[in-house]
Amino acid sequence: LGCDGLQELQLLQLWNSRCSNHQLFAVHQVAERVEALGQFVMKTRRTLKGHGNKVLCMDWCKDKRRIVSSSQDGKVIVWDSFTTNKEHAVTMPCTWVMACAYAPSGCAIACGGLDNKCSVYPLTFDKNENMAAKKKSVAMHTNYLSACSFTNSDMQILTASGDGTCALWDVESGQLLQSFHGHGADVLCLDLAPSETGNTFVSGGCDKKAMVWDMRSGQCIQSFETHDSDINSVRYYPSGDAFASGSDDATCRLYDLRADREVAIYSKESIIFGASSVDFSLSGRLLFAGYNDYTINVWDVLKGSRVSILFGHENRVSTLRVSPDGTAFCSGSWDHTLRIWA
Amino acid sequence: HSGFTMSTTNNIAQARKLVEQLRIEAGIERIKVSKASSELMNYCEQHARNDPLLVGVPASENPFKDKKPCIIL
Repeated sequence: LGCDGLQELQLLQLWNSRCSNHQLFAVHQVAERVEALGQFVMKTRRTLKGHGNKVLCMDWCKDKRRIVSSSQDGKVIVWDSFTTNKEHAVTMPCTWVMACAYAPSGCAIACGGLDNKCSVYPLTFDKNENMAAKKKSVAMHTNYLSACSFTNSDMQILTASGDGTCALWDVESGQLLQSFHGHGADVLCLDLAPSETGNTFVSGGCDKKAMVWDMRSGQCIQSFETHDSDINSVRYYPSGDAFASGSDDATCRLYDLRADREVAIYSKESIIFGASSVDFSLSGRLLFAGYNDYTINVWDVLKGSRVSILFGHENRVSTLRVSPDGTAFCSGSWDHTLRIWA
Repeated sequence: HSGFTMSTTNNIAQARKLVEQLRIEAGIERIKVSKASSELMNYCEQHARNDPLLVGVPASENPFKDKKPCIIL
C-alpha cells in the first residue's frame, strides 16, 4: 500500500486511538480540583402548543425570542417564545420535516425532510401574502434531509442527508458549492464551528462516526469513532476547541479537536435510552441532553456527573437548543409540544 | 473466480482510501489531553459568571421567568 514500516505503525496507532473507548486521561481527572456545582432549579417556563404531531426540530432566531419548529405532520411554525403566540405557519408538501433553521437575519427560515430538499421561506408580515408562494428550493439530495443550517449569512446553507453526504449550497442560485463525502451511512446531524474558529463543521451519522470537515476544500480533517451506535446530535463547545455528541448508545461524549480524541463520556447505568439532542450552556460548563426516555439530563461537562434530571415531556425529546443569549433552552418532543426551560 | 477477485479489489481500494485519509489526519498537530482539558476548564471559569443557566439570573432579568405581580395595598 506504499508506506514503510514506521509509517505503518504510526498510522495503526492513530487508527487505534481514534477508535479507542478506553480512557487513559479524561477531563474529569484534570477537573478534580474544580468546585462542584450546586443545586439546579430549572422549570418549564413556557409550553408551545400547536403542532398536530411529533416535533422533530427547532431553532432559535438571533433575536433570542423567536423560534422555528417543524413536525411530522408537515407543519413549520414560527413562535414568539415570550408570548407563545404563533407568528407564521406553513404546511410543507411532505411529512416528517426533520430539519429547520432560522436565517441569521431573522428574515427567513429553511426546512426540509422526506422531500429530500431544503427550501427557504422568506418571512413576511404582509397578511395578504401566502408564505408558501415565496418558497425557494435550494438543496437537492437523493435521500431525506436530516439537518440544515445557514452559515454566517442568509446566502449559504449547509445540509446533511440520509444519502450519506453533507453539502454547502448558494441560496440565491441553488448551486451546489461543495459536497462532503466520507460517512458510510445516513448523516443525522451537523453543527458549524463558532465563527471565530474558522470554516469547519462537524457531522454525525449512522456509521457511528463524527467527522470534522474543511468547508472550502470538502476534505475531512478529523474523524472519531468511539460511539457504539448512531450519532443523533453534535454541538460545538463555545470555544470551538471541542464538540459534544449524543447517541443511540445512551451516552453523550466530548471530543477535543486539538488533542484529537474523546476526552469525556457522560453516561449512567440507569440511562439506557438514546440521547437525541445536545447543547451547551454559554460557558460550556453545562451540557443539556434530551433523551428517548422523555427526560432531559443536565451534565457537568468538567466533572462528568449529572447535576439535574428534568421531567415534563410526555414522549421522546427530539430536539434541544440553548437560546442565543443563554437565558433559557428550548426542547421539542414527540408529545407535540415545545418547552422553554430556565 | 471473478466474484472473489471483485471483492479483493474492492477491499484493497477501500484500504487504500483509508490509509490515504489516515495520512491526512496523521499530519495534524496534537496537544496532550491534560493541556486540552485545562484549557476547557479555563474557558468555563472565565465565562461562568456570564452564563445565565449556570449562575441563575433574577426574574427581573430573565424574560422567561415570571415577575411577581405587584400588589397595591
